[in-house]
Amino acid sequence: MTDSSYLLINTKAKEKVSWPITIFLIVIAIIFIFFPLYLTVVIALKDPSDMVNVCALPKKIKFQNFVDAWNITEYPRKFANTFLITVLALILTIITNSMVGFAIGRNQKKSRLFNFLYYYFISALFIPFNVIMLPLVKEASAVHIDNILGITFLYIVFGLPMNTLLYTGYIKSIPKELDEAATIDGANTWQLFFKVIFPTMGPINATVVILTVMWTWNDFLMPLVLLSKPEQQTLQLSQYVFQGQFSTNYNLAFASYLMVLLPVLIVYVFCQKWITAGITNGAIKQ
Amino acid sequence: MTIPMAILFFSFHTVPFLQGVFYSFTNWKGYGRWKFVGFSNYIHIFKDSDVGNAYLFTFFFATLATILVNVLSLLIALCLNANIKFKNGLKAIFFLPYMLGNVIIGFIFNFIFANLLPPIGKSLGIPALSVNILGTDNAWIGVLFVTVWQSLAFNTLIYLSGLQTVNQDLYEAADLDGASSWKRFSSITFPLIAPFFTINMVLCIKSFLMVFDQIMVMTNGGPGSATTSISVLIFKRGFQGAQFAYQSADAVLLFVIVAVLSFLQLFVLQKREDKVL
Repeated sequence: MTDSSYLLINTKAKEKVSWPITIFLIVIAIIFIFFPLYLTVVIALKDPSDMVNVCALPKKIKFQNFVDAWNITEYPRKFANTFLITVLALILTIITNSMVGFAIGRNQKKSRLFNFLYYYFISALFIPFNVIMLPLVKEASAVHIDNILGITFLYIVFGLPMNTLLYTGYIKSIPKELDEAATIDGANTWQLFFKVIFPTMGPINATVVILTVMWTWNDFLMPLVLLSKPEQQTLQLSQYVFQGQFSTNYNLAFASYLMVLLPVLIVYVFCQKWITAGITNGAIKQ
Repeated sequence: MTIPMAILFFSFHTVPFLQGVFYSFTNWKGYGRWKFVGFSNYIHIFKDSDVGNAYLFTFFFATLATILVNVLSLLIALCLNANIKFKNGLKAIFFLPYMLGNVIIGFIFNFIFANLLPPIGKSLGIPALSVNILGTDNAWIGVLFVTVWQSLAFNTLIYLSGLQTVNQDLYEAADLDGASSWKRFSSITFPLIAPFFTINMVLCIKSFLMVFDQIMVMTNGGPGSATTSISVLIFKRGFQGAQFAYQSADAVLLFVIVAVLSFLQLFVLQKREDKVL
């Protein structure tokens, strides 16, 4: 076989679509991913009397379920709480944790303190939240941070180990000459960071944005142990708390679930490429 | 900025950790007086059948979940990396479960296990499926299914990004040598994605040893205490059972196990990576 004929065969093989694998994946996706979501939508739109054939489309669409669930779970308030926690935690995490990553990444070799801090933060990755949970709740109520702003603050602080790992790894790939050039041009450390370094951190910021948002938006355990007042509850926690009241009315419950899932689904539809790319970047950089 | 952040981290992460270690040597109930009791909490833990059962369940669950998640996600990633139609669409769909919160997914599957599966089980004549699985001794299967369902998304994506770093020329060379597809996988693909295997294994073991959300939502540790994981036990007894110091000892033990396992894994798996590369 000559080289050229081998190439020819190979390009043909690359163009050939593997239908068995495609169909296999589609079937799996329909059964395991689409079906539960379809079920959620259908049940959310039904009247309780229409539940004999659960999987069938609703005979009459009942939007009242959403209105009732909206009022019973105090959706606007819980949404606002969750949104506030997520956005505040996100903005402050990006600003503070990236600076920490920058400082550690640039000084780790020169300074023993920064080298120590690097290993200090990284080793905390091995301390699960459950281990510090009991004393933390005592401490939090003693200093009155068992509320929305307090939990936001804790998310920012607890994100440090993972984000230090991500940011420090990324900072090391940014050439030091950039810093030197900026310093020669008269930039101080703050200007250097915000005007020169931060704008180049797009890809790793994307990773941190996704991980932080998904963590804070969907977290269950920290709100469960820290937010005891009903008016402070997050969306996830409120679903857990209201479960008892839903038990007789699945339609109401599913309307409520769907309202909690919808914001995430909408964001995912529009940002899906960016999200998967962000996670992938983070994984490869590690 | 680094120093203030380090101080905050110390105050709200390291201090509670050290407090936990400290209290684990006392008999504090979470309120009132306390005194040092030495290692008696730790000795007691090893005699306590509730704790023992919770550890057995957690290890059993974490091992099964880790194996299942890694095998299945690698399989899905290999399929997604093949020459398929609708590649980007399918990739997006298989990553979707990562976006959805544990609590809601748990509730949706609660409904499926309680109301959809039993009629199907009855018509197929399978007794095990004819009742709500979450109310039986097999409740762990339901929890395991949902945990795997959600974890697959993230691990699949990591494997997929690993597969995309593999140089396609290697396969062409293997084709010329007449290698079978299994041979191609075991001698080219798998060794080359070893670092991604390491990440996934370490992440899996750690998160499954901590399993909490799904259990609270789906079985609340029941029936009886059949699905009480160690995190659930710490939560329930530590906050509601006046066992603050005792469960602190439990938490410290959990930390030691997680840390030792993670280090062992990193050490063994990285050695293996070095050997094959």
